[in-house]
Amino acid sequence: MTAMHPTPSGTRDVLPDEMRELRAITDAIRGAFEDAGYGEVWTPAIEFEHVVGRMDGGGGGYRLFDDHGSVLRLRSDLTVPIARVAATRYAKTEPPLRFSSFAHVYRGVKPGRGQMRETLQAGVELIGAQGPDGTAEVLTVLCAALDAAGLREYRIGLGDAGLYPALLASVGVDAQRTAAILDALVARDLVRLSVDVHALGLDATTTGLLTSVPLLRGGVEILDGVDDRVDTGRLRAVHGAVSGAVADRLIFDLGLVRDLDYYTGAVFEIYDPAAGMPLGGGGRYDDLVGQFGRDLPAVGFSVDLNGLHIALAGEQRGERPRAQENPA
Amino acid sequence: MSTTRPELTIAVPRGALMGDTLDLLDRIGIDTSEVRTNDRKLLFEDVGIVTMRPSDVPTYVEAGAADIGFTGKDVLLEQPERAVYELLDLGYGRCTLVLASVAGEDPGAEALRRLGVMRVATKYTKIARRFFEETGRQVELVEVKGSVELAPLTGLVDCIVDLTATGTTLRENGLVVREEILVATARLIANPVAHKLKAAAIDDVLERLRATEPTSA
Repeated sequence: MTAMHPTPSGTRDVLPDEMRELRAITDAIRGAFEDAGYGEVWTPAIEFEHVVGRMDGGGGGYRLFDDHGSVLRLRSDLTVPIARVAATRYAKTEPPLRFSSFAHVYRGVKPGRGQMRETLQAGVELIGAQGPDGTAEVLTVLCAALDAAGLREYRIGLGDAGLYPALLASVGVDAQRTAAILDALVARDLVRLSVDVHALGLDATTTGLLTSVPLLRGGVEILDGVDDRVDTGRLRAVHGAVSGAVADRLIFDLGLVRDLDYYTGAVFEIYDPAAGMPLGGGGRYDDLVGQFGRDLPAVGFSVDLNGLHIALAGEQRGERPRAQENPA
Repeated sequence: MSTTRPELTIAVPRGALMGDTLDLLDRIGIDTSEVRTNDRKLLFEDVGIVTMRPSDVPTYVEAGAADIGFTGKDVLLEQPERAVYELLDLGYGRCTLVLASVAGEDPGAEALRRLGVMRVATKYTKIARRFFEETGRQVELVEVKGSVELAPLTGLVDCIVDLTATGTTLRENGLVVREEILVATARLIANPVAHKLKAAAIDDVLERLRATEPTSA
């Protein structure tokens, strides 16, 4: 037995055979981003905590001190640094601004799940373009990138981060109870959501509406039968703004929420039958760039390249999904 | 036996939840006779059933190796980070997670008072740690894999946190319930991707489960 020289848990080495395949994927995606006019940027792997930390809803993360005692933070997503770049380096430039990036992000992990602490992502950010046209453009770029990578069976779940909170507000649910119900939805705990909704003491029709809306998902036709109190306008507008090929990939999902706080409207997730977990996602973050001093609406996504690689290999083999990462 | 492969792969727990789970599947039209007659086989592809210990069900469902699964709320609470949908409280498999110690003066309370910390044996370390933090008590948790009731009888610990359905095992070992921590029942869970890509099939199972009468505990 050789001596143990491990890498930190949640990190791993990439050797040439895998690297050639990964490189082919990133080259194909980079081409799709360039064709759509998204210029690639690099941002530092470490940034000041006081600059980027307050935007980050992803929990965990890694911090260190520099030699002046400032708290630094390892990049935990691609969106926040690019929002900073857009607001500070392009403070006077006429929007929209289009950026892409390929970088490792670092996240604290929950023990025992074999999650990676270091993951390679590819993403784009479209800054200064309103929904639904901006959202439709980014969904189109996402499909072009996945097509270029060779993924065949993928679907894009499309939801609206504001839809369910607005519905709760419209039937008079207070902020505290809304927060508890949204917490259950983010945790995918629909049993707790149902218990919390029933505890509101609303009439049976409203209670039924609040418990059934998060379960509505499917083709655009699911929007037709929805109660008038549910505002599906933004989702319909996005559907109207994308091509038929992109529309065919969409799964409208009234229960879709993402666990980052900065999403304000459309949110999306990437699914493939060969992967057990979403391959990435994104959404609108119309308030984030403004926190860096230039108030611009924005939308973007990121794809987990290791997850995409596993899904591609799975589609080629025609196998059941497998776990996306093994413990290091 | 059906001729086409079923659309959903269903994770079924072996052990205490298995009988009620198979009864429920029969009632919604999934034939479980092969599972019942074959104790050693684990994978039943014709009916889309895989069997495993209850604590493995979230692992298979999260990874997408099974699309949906049946497991106890106690298992889900002990593995809170699993990214799975919890769709339905099935009502059966009802049991209570309790704090128990040997009859007579509570050794746990005495240890807390005199020594500032009590030793607690459990299989449910995450739930127990959270419970004692919430109730402001210092404990030393001892994780055991086998019969937890043995630990306080041998002096390994002052008390235990364990699951009980009827209380019989506790009584037979001279232990009494000091506090009830939570009540757990069986739950239907689903993989987050299958929940979107196989929405119709999963909703169909959900509707048929809702339409059945709740089983007795």
